[in-house]
Formats: sequence, structure tokens, C-alpha cells
Amino acid sequence: MSSSVLYDAPGPKARIRNRIYSVVGGLAVLGLIVFAVVRLNDKGQFAPEMWDIFNYAGVRTSIRDGVVTTLKVFAVAAVLSLVLGVLLAVGRLSDHKAVRWFATGFIELFRAVPLLITIYVLWVLFLTYRSDLGLSGDNTGFWALVIGLTVYNGSVQAEVLRAGINSVPRGQSEAAYALGMRKTQVMMTVLVPQAVRAMLPTIISQLVVTLKDTSLGYVITYQELLFQLQQLAGNIVVNDDNPYVPVIIVGGAIYIAMCLALSALATWIERRGRRAKTGIRVADAGQPLAAADALDVVDHSAVSAPDAPTGKTN
Amino acid sequence: MNVLLDHLPQFREGFLGTLSITAASAALALVLGIVIAGFRVSPIPPLRAFGTAWVTLLRNTPLTLLFLIAFFVIPQIFFPGTSPFVLAMGALGCYTSSFVCEAVRSGINTVPLGQAEAARSLGMTFFQTLRLIVLPQATRSVIPPMSSIFIALTKNSAIAGAFSNTELFNVSKLLSDKGFAIGWIFLWIALCYLVITFAISGLFRLLESRLEVAR
Repeated sequence: MSSSVLYDAPGPKARIRNRIYSVVGGLAVLGLIVFAVVRLNDKGQFAPEMWDIFNYAGVRTSIRDGVVTTLKVFAVAAVLSLVLGVLLAVGRLSDHKAVRWFATGFIELFRAVPLLITIYVLWVLFLTYRSDLGLSGDNTGFWALVIGLTVYNGSVQAEVLRAGINSVPRGQSEAAYALGMRKTQVMMTVLVPQAVRAMLPTIISQLVVTLKDTSLGYVITYQELLFQLQQLAGNIVVNDDNPYVPVIIVGGAIYIAMCLALSALATWIERRGRRAKTGIRVADAGQPLAAADALDVVDHSAVSAPDAPTGKTN
Repeated sequence: MNVLLDHLPQFREGFLGTLSITAASAALALVLGIVIAGFRVSPIPPLRAFGTAWVTLLRNTPLTLLFLIAFFVIPQIFFPGTSPFVLAMGALGCYTSSFVCEAVRSGINTVPLGQAEAARSLGMTFFQTLRLIVLPQATRSVIPPMSSIFIALTKNSAIAGAFSNTELFNVSKLLSDKGFAIGWIFLWIALCYLVITFAISGLFRLLESRLEVAR
């Protein structure tokens, strides 16, 4: 048994008690699972015909198309949001009042408004002015989703980066200025690279959120994975019933696999960053805060980061 | 401007809808999250495994997929006739509970080891230690992340509007379907959300300063 803050290594009595609790708890968990399985079985969701649908080429193709579309939206939105994030973070730290205010206003507005509403509004706008913008067919959904994800996640990434830039030891920029670098040079060659390095795990955790949020395309009927799944389940009828459960289990597994792969990348980078002797303190990948979609959080790390040990750099 | 004045009842309805769905699922998430966090730190392996599975699965699933499950699977297979409000509350609450659980768990980890050791040496049981010593101290460091979790919850509640709940997104959708200028609607809806999220962060800041203790 692992040692914990909350309990000692158990003695003989406690071990017996824990074993009893384990059995009871295990039975309770098992009971829940059995209840679900029995109910699903009663409704015929485990009938072989229900699962046979995945043998059809059409079903597989539409799931594959869904995955490809989701990844495409994610890739474009991830790149654009990172670019926007750097611009906004730099803008927020600018010496010019107008630039600073614009960046702050932009970040606050788009962080406060639900992403779904941003996407929906963009979609309606694009549909309304479709001919003026030269968009056609599927493109309205694609761009509404991509731009919505970009402005929201760009705002969040900007706050992450700002926290990172603030956590770079002051000596770094002082030294850079002493070498005669200009403000832009200091920012782009000294501060931003260190901030990115320190915040990489958080940035990637936010990318996981971006990946999950591509599923909002479902609401604006864009053909990403979730929409495809819903269409599949809604259109196929097996034994007078829609195969919602098999489709959702398969689709959910795909989403979870994609997100876990990205999270694993974040953890790996965090561990690598800890090992490297750059003196840059790498943020925590497992931070629940970073993964939550709001990220007011980052403000706290901005506050707390400077007191944290920063190593030998300064 | 006219959109707001002409449709004040709808906006009020939507505002209250967002508030109530947020409050209801926040309560559910808080209870579930603390219970699951208790599972995850307990000495009982099956419950620990359950907690880990719960958090891993829910944190990596898109909320929209959970809504699909809530609205297409739950009523047909488990509990027919559940109201959309309860279904949306369930989806939002379960999703958010995984974040609450992780916040509580990392809060528990910030309590110095000596505190729990002292409690144990006084002969306190696991539950006593957790309830009387660790959780009260963990509360303080849990409050800042909790604030952002609840702000996220407020924003996520917009998805409930896409699934036939009356709330702000639903209202904006209705009005834009009627052909009102989307820009103005967006502005007013954004303002409503700003009010709610600022209220939440203000409330939590107040709590934070009230509960602040020197350590």
C-alpha cells in the first residue's frame, strides 16, 4: 500500500478493516457496472447486429472522415491560436497604452463569452455575408469553428504566455538591455522563448481543451467527428432501435485516445523540462486548473511564479 | 439596442436559466467532486481505481459528447422521462466534478504532512483526519482553482441551450432565427456572461480574503 498524507501503513486490524471496505466498495462499483450492463443488454444494445454496423465500409468511412475533419480543424486552430496568443501576450505587455488596452479588452471579452456562442455568432455572420466573403458550402462551418477556437484559445494562451513571460527572472531582460538589444529583440529573442519553454505543459494542456472543443462544431452542424457519430447513430436502425450506445462507445474511445495522447505529450515534455538544467521552472502538466476551460488560473501562477525557486539563471 | 428592450422578458428568462443551470450543476459537481476526491485519496483500492477512471474518462471526453449521452442514451435506456434540465445538470455536473476532484486532491496535497501525522498520533481515524484537519486547511488553496472551474462551468452551460434548455445561448439562437442583427444580440449576451463571471470571481476573491490564514 502506498504511503499517503492521510494514513499510515496499516496494521493488522486496519488491514482487515480495509479489506472489508475494499470488498464492500468493490461490490458497490461492480453493482453500478452490472446495473448499466444489464439495462443496456435488456434494451438490446449488446446484440451482435448492433455492433455489426462497424463492419460496413460506409460507417467506417464516415468515422474516418469525421476524425480527419476534427484533426484538420484542430491543426489549423491550434497553429492560429498559438500565433494569436503570442501576439496578444506581447500586446498586453506593450508600452503603448492603446495596444495594451486593445489586447486586454480582446482577451477579457473572448475569455468571458462561451466559445459556443462565439462560434455560433461567427457562423451566422458568415452565412449572412457568405457571398461577400467568398465562402461556400462547408467553408462557413469550418471557418466559424476555426476562428471561434482561435480567438478563444488565443486569448487563453495569451494569458498563459503572459504568466510565463512574467516568471522569467528580471535579470534576463536587464542583461539583454545591457547588451544594447531593442525592446522587440528582448521580447522575441529572450523573453518569449523562455516563457514558451516554461509554459509548454500548460500550453499543450490547453491544446487538449482546443481538441475537445472542436466537438462544438456539432451545434453548427459542421461535419466533424461528433456530428458524424450522431448522424450515424440517428440514421441507422438495427432491430427497430438506433445504435447510440455502440456508436458513442466507439466515438468516445476515439476522443479519449486523442486527448490522452496529447496529455501524455505534455507530461513527457514536463518531465524533460524538469530534467534540463536551464533554470527555467516548467509548469505543472497535471494542473487541473490548466485543463479546465476557464483559466483565470493563469493569473495565480503569474502571481506565484516569481517567488518560486528559479534556479541558477540569475 | 432595440433587440434588448423589445425582448427583455426573453433575455431575463435566459439569464435566469443560465444562472439556475449553473448553480444546480455547480452543486452537483461540488458534491460529486469532493466524494470522488475522497475516493482517490482513500486506502481502498477499488474506490481509488473508480475515482481515477472517473477523472480520466470525464476529463478527456468532450462535453458535447456527454450531452449526447445524456440526451440520447439516458432517457431511452435508464431513466425515461427525465427533464432536459436534469439531464443537462447531470452532464455538466459530472464533467465539472472531475475538475473539482483534481482541484480538491491537489489542495489536499498542499496540507503539510505534519498536520496529518499529528492528527493520526492523536488517534484520529482516516475520516476524522480528512474532515477535521485536512479538508478545512485544503479549502484555502482550493478556492482559486475552484473559482475558475465555476467560471468555466458557467460558460459550458451554454451547451445546455443547444439541447433544448432555456438559457442565454438558446435566447440568442431564437432571436437570430427571427432575423435580428446578430451583432447586437452577441453584445448583450456577452454582457450577461461578463456580469455572471465577474460576480463569481468577485465572490471567490471575497471568500479567499476571508479564509486567508498565515501558514
